[in-house]
Amino acid sequence: MLKHTFSDNPKGKVAFYLPFTIVVMVGGFLLLLNNQMSQLPSAVFAIVWGTSSVVLLFYTLNLIAQLFPTKAYNKIIPYVFVGPAMLILLWYLILPTFRSLYLSFFNRNSTAFVGLDNYKFIFTDPNMRTAFRNTLFWLLFGTGLSVFFGLTSALLAERTKIEKLGKTLIFIPMAVSMVGAGVIWKFMYAYKPAGANQTGLLNALMVAFGADPSNWLGTEPTNTIFLIIIFVWIQTGFALVVLAAALKGVPNDILEAGRIDGASEMRILFSIILPSITGSIVTVSTTIMIAALKSFDIVYSMTNGLYGTEVLASQQYKQMFKFLNYGRGSAIAIIILIAVSPVIAYNLKEFGKREVF
Amino acid sequence: MKRRSKGLVVALILLLTIPAVWATGTKEAAATESNVIKVFGNFRGEEAARFDEVVKIFNEKTGYNVVYEGSPEFETQILIQAEAGTPPDIAALPQPGLMKNFAEKGYLKPLAQSVLDGINSNYAPVWRELGSYDGTTYGVFHRVSAKSYVWYPKKAFEAKGYKVPTTWDELKALEQQIIADGGTPWSIGFEAGNATGWVGTDWIEDLMLRTAGPEVYDKWVNHEIPFDDPAVQKAFSYFGEIIQDPKEVYGGATNILTTSYGDAIKPLFENPPAAYLHRQANFITTFMPEDIQANLADEVGVFALPAIDEQWGVPMLGAGDQYVAFSDKPGVMEFLQFLTTWESCVPLAKAGGALFPHLDQNLADYGNPIEQQMAKMLMEAKVFRFDGSDLMPAEVGAGSFWTGMVDYVSGRDVKTVLSTIEQSWPQ
Repeated sequence: MLKHTFSDNPKGKVAFYLPFTIVVMVGGFLLLLNNQMSQLPSAVFAIVWGTSSVVLLFYTLNLIAQLFPTKAYNKIIPYVFVGPAMLILLWYLILPTFRSLYLSFFNRNSTAFVGLDNYKFIFTDPNMRTAFRNTLFWLLFGTGLSVFFGLTSALLAERTKIEKLGKTLIFIPMAVSMVGAGVIWKFMYAYKPAGANQTGLLNALMVAFGADPSNWLGTEPTNTIFLIIIFVWIQTGFALVVLAAALKGVPNDILEAGRIDGASEMRILFSIILPSITGSIVTVSTTIMIAALKSFDIVYSMTNGLYGTEVLASQQYKQMFKFLNYGRGSAIAIIILIAVSPVIAYNLKEFGKREVF
Repeated sequence: MKRRSKGLVVALILLLTIPAVWATGTKEAAATESNVIKVFGNFRGEEAARFDEVVKIFNEKTGYNVVYEGSPEFETQILIQAEAGTPPDIAALPQPGLMKNFAEKGYLKPLAQSVLDGINSNYAPVWRELGSYDGTTYGVFHRVSAKSYVWYPKKAFEAKGYKVPTTWDELKALEQQIIADGGTPWSIGFEAGNATGWVGTDWIEDLMLRTAGPEVYDKWVNHEIPFDDPAVQKAFSYFGEIIQDPKEVYGGATNILTTSYGDAIKPLFENPPAAYLHRQANFITTFMPEDIQANLADEVGVFALPAIDEQWGVPMLGAGDQYVAFSDKPGVMEFLQFLTTWESCVPLAKAGGALFPHLDQNLADYGNPIEQQMAKMLMEAKVFRFDGSDLMPAEVGAGSFWTGMVDYVSGRDVKTVLSTIEQSWPQ
């Protein structure tokens, strides 16, 4: 590999670059630490220092690796290049996970060990019970409806002349952030008392047809369904795009063979099309499931968990950042992690098996 | 390759030294920067611009360089900055609990004697207590808000021949009179995004002060009596008389929950008014329709929510930011001392939307008659108490008390509501 381009004294090079790299990295860090510069120069410095440190680091690590014989070098070098990224991942992702697990056994300000008390709270508190129930709703209806509508529109769009337009329209909500969607849908569900001008679309329709306006977001348990509809509105586009691509991959000759054999369109759908895109359906479902498990933005911006709309993620946020109860917040985070894990594991396995997207 | 790598080194050294040289060039600026006294708070925009006027007076007088900075994420950021050892010199803390938290950890500098003298001579004792932890005073109050006000549409109110009630019975009689005339007395709105319910907690606090008095109120806030104490139930029952009767509140219970606190003032200014009374803090004037704001003194009337038990007079509920010092740089205590003077309040009083606890205040400095009237009510109140939900632990004060109010208005019985809140109080 690269090694052969270096004929001159590699040890001398290391002797120069290693201290140089260390000085640049540590020196720059210390300089930023007791920062005396004003904002702009220190930002410029941070960018230059940061990028050049990374370049220097990899360059020097490579030099050191080159001191080894070629065979060993070829073995070492992948770790040299992946190593720093792994370390950062370890620091920012894996350690915090274990820290959360650790904190979940401690009290609110992490000063006293409380054993399983936080978990006991999670499974006995009435708010948490509502959160579990609603998260289950989100998983079932959020995922189910998104995939159902995504698949239906993918199948139908293929057969229309406005395929592109239709798909675009369904896909657009994907670009709207969850909180943004919350703001938009607040106007859909807005309630004014009977007799006043209705600003909400849904209630304006109710009144136009002679019914009384209804407080959609304030009535348990249907309000959770109304929140899930927003999620479905966003996620259907994602399901549509992936499934439409999968549909294009169903071989035409099989479809034609089926039609020649006299199979009805329904039969073709259930016996040919669906079985051949099962993999994509599973991937889409699991991805949306993870999103549903983490769903927090919509609840937070629409009802903030009032009127029995609490979900696990919104409870976690409240305990952690509003009530500053690190024990309970961490415990809920661990529960969510445990719930997500099988889905992620399955997804990773699928990713490994075939190229899904 | 070798040459190229040398070039790389030279380029890197250059890139690294340029900002350093730049930094030495700006050293002179940095030297004056160390004179900067940073004040950090949560108010921004127009309010920050008005506070800058106050800062300007101080800087011109003393030659110090006080700079105010506001952030919408203040509450989170100040925690992080204090823990990381990089706090501002002065912070404006909205919750007394935050001050106590910082004081307990030793982050705050006790106020200098000059500041204490200013507080002792120019504030009612309650303000010093609110700024103290464990016998030491850390906080200075400046701009405050008061909440126990009832607003009415002056023209329509007077046209109907209604009189401003001075006792609770007169208030009840007025409500009946409005209902008899085919009107609706109250407009209430709870909705406030992720803070929905706080309007209800203000109501209960006002009623607690009026039915149980300041001592029981303090015990309640400090959890020396349980949250489901009969005294609290009594306060709830007074509120229940209003919100559980659809004739009393515009739109009934559902409308209370779905109306935003800022919109709840608007029915008063419809023609004819959809409601005649609205209980809210002094800030609500900024939510009134523009034509009303332009002509505040003619269009709007205000009175203090009447007493229920006369022995405590007409209590005032309120809140305010307290300024605390994280550093003892020269100028910090001088600035805090400046805040205790009426001179530092005048620009804000003129601009409107602010009240002050300063005893030597000149009512004529307030921008309009409504604010003069409110300032007078605040000064005359025998009992002043800080917003209780801001003093309770966040689980209750920004959690179960808010949601409890929502549940209560939704129709849940008072015993269940109160015991749920009681259970949520952290041990």
